[in-house]
Amino acid sequence: MNQTRNDAYRAAERQARESYGRLVAYLAVGTRDVAGAEDALADAFATALRKWPIEGVPLNPDAWLLTVARRRQIDAVRRRHTHTAGTPHLHLMAQEIEAEINDAAQNPAPIPDRRLALMFACAHPAIERAMRAPLILQTILGLPAQDIASAFLISPATMGQRLVRAKGRIKAAGIPFHIPDREILPERLDAVLEAIYAAYAKGWTEMDATSTPLAAEAIWLARLVVSLLPDQPEAKGMLALMLYAESRRSARRDSTGIYVPLDQQNIALWDDWQIDMAETLLNEANATGPSGRYQIEAAIQSAHIARRRTRISTWPAIAALYDHLYGLTQSPVVALNRAVAHAELKGPEAGLALLDALAPDKRMADYQPYWATRGHLAARAGRKAEAHQALTLAIGLSSDQAVRQYLHKQLEALRDG
Amino acid sequence: MRYMLLVHQDEDIYRNISPANITSMSSDYAAFNEAMMKAGVFLGGERLQLTNTATTVRVTDDKTVVLDGPYADTKEQFGGYYMIEVADLDQAVAWAARCPAAQNGTIEVRPIWELTGN
Repeated sequence: MNQTRNDAYRAAERQARESYGRLVAYLAVGTRDVAGAEDALADAFATALRKWPIEGVPLNPDAWLLTVARRRQIDAVRRRHTHTAGTPHLHLMAQEIEAEINDAAQNPAPIPDRRLALMFACAHPAIERAMRAPLILQTILGLPAQDIASAFLISPATMGQRLVRAKGRIKAAGIPFHIPDREILPERLDAVLEAIYAAYAKGWTEMDATSTPLAAEAIWLARLVVSLLPDQPEAKGMLALMLYAESRRSARRDSTGIYVPLDQQNIALWDDWQIDMAETLLNEANATGPSGRYQIEAAIQSAHIARRRTRISTWPAIAALYDHLYGLTQSPVVALNRAVAHAELKGPEAGLALLDALAPDKRMADYQPYWATRGHLAARAGRKAEAHQALTLAIGLSSDQAVRQYLHKQLEALRDG
Repeated sequence: MRYMLLVHQDEDIYRNISPANITSMSSDYAAFNEAMMKAGVFLGGERLQLTNTATTVRVTDDKTVVLDGPYADTKEQFGGYYMIEVADLDQAVAWAARCPAAQNGTIEVRPIWELTGN
């Protein structure tokens, strides 16, 4: 009974966010003023979040929000005339927004979906990379700065300021609100996907539903992008990748909260529905041409799941995919996973040889996964002293208690082994 | 929207340049100018003389202080500008990339502070 009420609540909240995001995008693209659009809808959105879970979602949610927003704007006009702080500049901005709201409210046709254009603006190269995900989370999903801030490990006040500046920059610098031309679409889309994936990665360590489960929001955004750009394989690839990861959430920690690596997870706890969805998406993506990095990562996940379920080794495929992926990205994370894959195929010494190639890279000095991987492989190769040193460093570099405990157990096994 | 393209280059390029390079460079710039005008984006632009002809002026405590030399002593110096009218930042950036100076210098792209609304 409580579960259904919770689901209904979540569904209503989801509807409110959807409507809000669509309207912010519509208004912002018209006026190029993201902050102004958000302000115009803030009260109406807050009211919707309060009322709809209790009273039910209205038949036309967009119209409801616009009507309430319009009433607030009329009130605000009265207040503005007595406000000495208002500048002519703000006045004109407000008038533009009002005109847009009136236009939209009187137009019976459904509001065109401009959310993709807004996302491309948020992920534009001229926007600081670290702000792209927060911008998308706030403007499309209506997430407040403090929720976003805690996920990105900065203070709410700082996050708030940076968001204000970024939105101001979008308007002042003339960052375009449109879907990029075909030639540059893949690279611009990659920035949007990267931002959404960053949000997902932040939500990865969430144990259970907090106030805003970031992983779920990121998946929702990924679905939105796939639905708005159905011909883009990388969007499907990324959604597949997220679903594969999500499908293992219940199996990732044991009952005491300790981290369980993929090879030791209970596959009965995996969510088959999400895995099936991911497989379908991956197949659709692969049908459209050469693979980008998200598709390759998703394919790797698919191969891992296959080998656990069928007990037939797919390590040759995994190693080959990592070789290809490393060629594309030159990323240290990929290099590490590639070393592990080659170790599975040809023995730990082969993996260690690949790690040796990475060793001169200065970034490895404080890169926890590098030392953890080195520790595992050295232990398997019987290089105890090296394993001990590497695992110790990995523990020292870990910020997740569960990961530290896992590594400690490895260290003990080494001593006893 | 109106944008300034502010060209910064190491002036030594011009001190040690060969006549052949001068010719090819001026024809590159001529082509660039023509392209901008044809596209209807060109509002203005000038090249400035080298920084050894620069003078800085400040008024402090009612006294006018005049010094020789440019505003900043940097590796690349401000050497000229273009003013263009385009739809958005992407287009301004595209024009900046086409400017011959972008090959060996840096172009700063900045919108003009318009006095009407926005």
